[in-house]
Amino acid sequence: MSMPFGYASPEQIMRDKADYARKGIARGRSVVVLQYADGILFVAPNPSRALHKISEIYDRIGFAAVGRYNEFEELRLGGIRYADINGYTYDRSDVTGRGLANLYASNLGRIFTESIKSLEVEVVVAEVGDTPDGDAIYRLTFDGSVFDEHGFAAMGGQAEAVSTRVKERYREAMPLAEALETAVVALTEPGGERPPVGQLEVAVLDRNREHRKFLRITGARLERLLAQTTGPVESAEPAEPESGSGDATTGPESGSGAAPQAPPTGPDGDVDDGSSPL
Amino acid sequence: MASHRDLPVGLVNQLFHNTGSSSFTEFVGSYAPELLPQRDKILATPIGDQVPHATTIVAATFAGGVVMAGDRRATSGNIISQRDVEKVFRTDDYSCMGIAGTASTGIEMARLYRVELEHYEKLEGRTMSVNGKANRLATMIRGNLAMAMQGLVVVPLFAAYDADRDEGRIFSYDVAGGPYERERFDAIGSGSIFARGSLKKLYRDGASADDMAMTLIQALYDAADDDSATGGPDVTRKIWPIVSVIDADGFRRLTEEQVSGYVEQMLEARLISPDGPIAPLR
Repeated sequence: MSMPFGYASPEQIMRDKADYARKGIARGRSVVVLQYADGILFVAPNPSRALHKISEIYDRIGFAAVGRYNEFEELRLGGIRYADINGYTYDRSDVTGRGLANLYASNLGRIFTESIKSLEVEVVVAEVGDTPDGDAIYRLTFDGSVFDEHGFAAMGGQAEAVSTRVKERYREAMPLAEALETAVVALTEPGGERPPVGQLEVAVLDRNREHRKFLRITGARLERLLAQTTGPVESAEPAEPESGSGDATTGPESGSGAAPQAPPTGPDGDVDDGSSPL
Repeated sequence: MASHRDLPVGLVNQLFHNTGSSSFTEFVGSYAPELLPQRDKILATPIGDQVPHATTIVAATFAGGVVMAGDRRATSGNIISQRDVEKVFRTDDYSCMGIAGTASTGIEMARLYRVELEHYEKLEGRTMSVNGKANRLATMIRGNLAMAMQGLVVVPLFAAYDADRDEGRIFSYDVAGGPYERERFDAIGSGSIFARGSLKKLYRDGASADDMAMTLIQALYDAADDDSATGGPDVTRKIWPIVSVIDADGFRRLTEEQVSGYVEQMLEARLISPDGPIAPLR
């Protein structure tokens, strides 16, 4: 049988879709989600105050996303509806991050296979437990894969480089200020400039809060937290070796050595600064 | 031949269908209408007297906030059906509601209302205005009118902290809705006549949260004194009224110890003067 005109193998179609989605996601900036002593911290460089990348879904569940705003916003709204309707039908404790992650996964997977264009998004669903053992961070990719992350997750932009930088500094049960510093350092290109306070979107799921655990950290409180650690940055570094990432202990230096003041190596295209709804 | 263009695309689950409204109730109405309170059924016989009724709720503003308190009694006719029922509910970080009337209907309404407020807040990324909250509750009560006519009456009292004005606000309702904004204080339920009379004499403008909590406990005692359906503080079982304070720091329910402190102080004074504090004549 001769192949009909315009035939493309399923492998080719899937590969093309995946490449397309990956490019779109890498164009934006990264988001870091990590565990700290009292819960889970979300940090995203985001110049827009109106278009959030981080959001509350339910009492214990938070949401962070990168990629196309209109697409992950749809996911976010759907997630809130899912959570509220389940909490109303049963009990507030019956809404779980796992259930939400599964809902997202099935939808992302379906769209990836059935639609011409997959969603150009990557999503983190995080749930805070009564103890650190109960915390969960699920990272979902555009094709519906779910990754059960331990401790931290980075996505979007130069996700791998950011993830490596988080890993270098990350340790369990960090205080909030140190965790925030870890995230901000990871989100800063080696040798690059730190994102200004006004362009950071920061939120926590704090297990010690009553009722709703989600809290945005803005303004004076955020500045205070950042100021707490900008001084002893050096003192924080000697503690690194025990974080176990032995192969890259000289993180920032080796990173900048590999790419001395090089611009981001992401695909061409405008940087998604969150200012456009598209 | 179905091409991929004919297949369902996008987020196909109904959950991802944008209803164009931030109202949870509207969404549930289209997604799973059987979950909403059934309000249009005709009951074979009015059952108002046979189900537990919640009784008295009082609320009063103070400098920079509002306090709401409720007694703990539920009655079915002349029977005390529960001694420790909770009738004051936190609805979001800056508001609460108390219910009088059919307890079950009221509890269900409070549960739905809480989700309603939070749902809007999460979808829109902002808290609903106090007037918006009050109006939304009015619509829900209006929806219950058919049931109210058959005896399942529920009337709430709504209190919220208004950040724009830095003050507490109180709204009352009737069976057909509302809202009616109340200055200074209000009471609902079977003992409300007596509680309101008490509040009229004891309310002080610009009082502290502490003083106002005491005032409300006095008013509830006065209501329980004259109304059989309102429960006074149960000293032997250690059941105290529920007192909630809302101010710029948000909603907080006073602990058992705090409330028992107020109650003991009041009871001690009432051993000497059983009718409570005496308002100055001039």
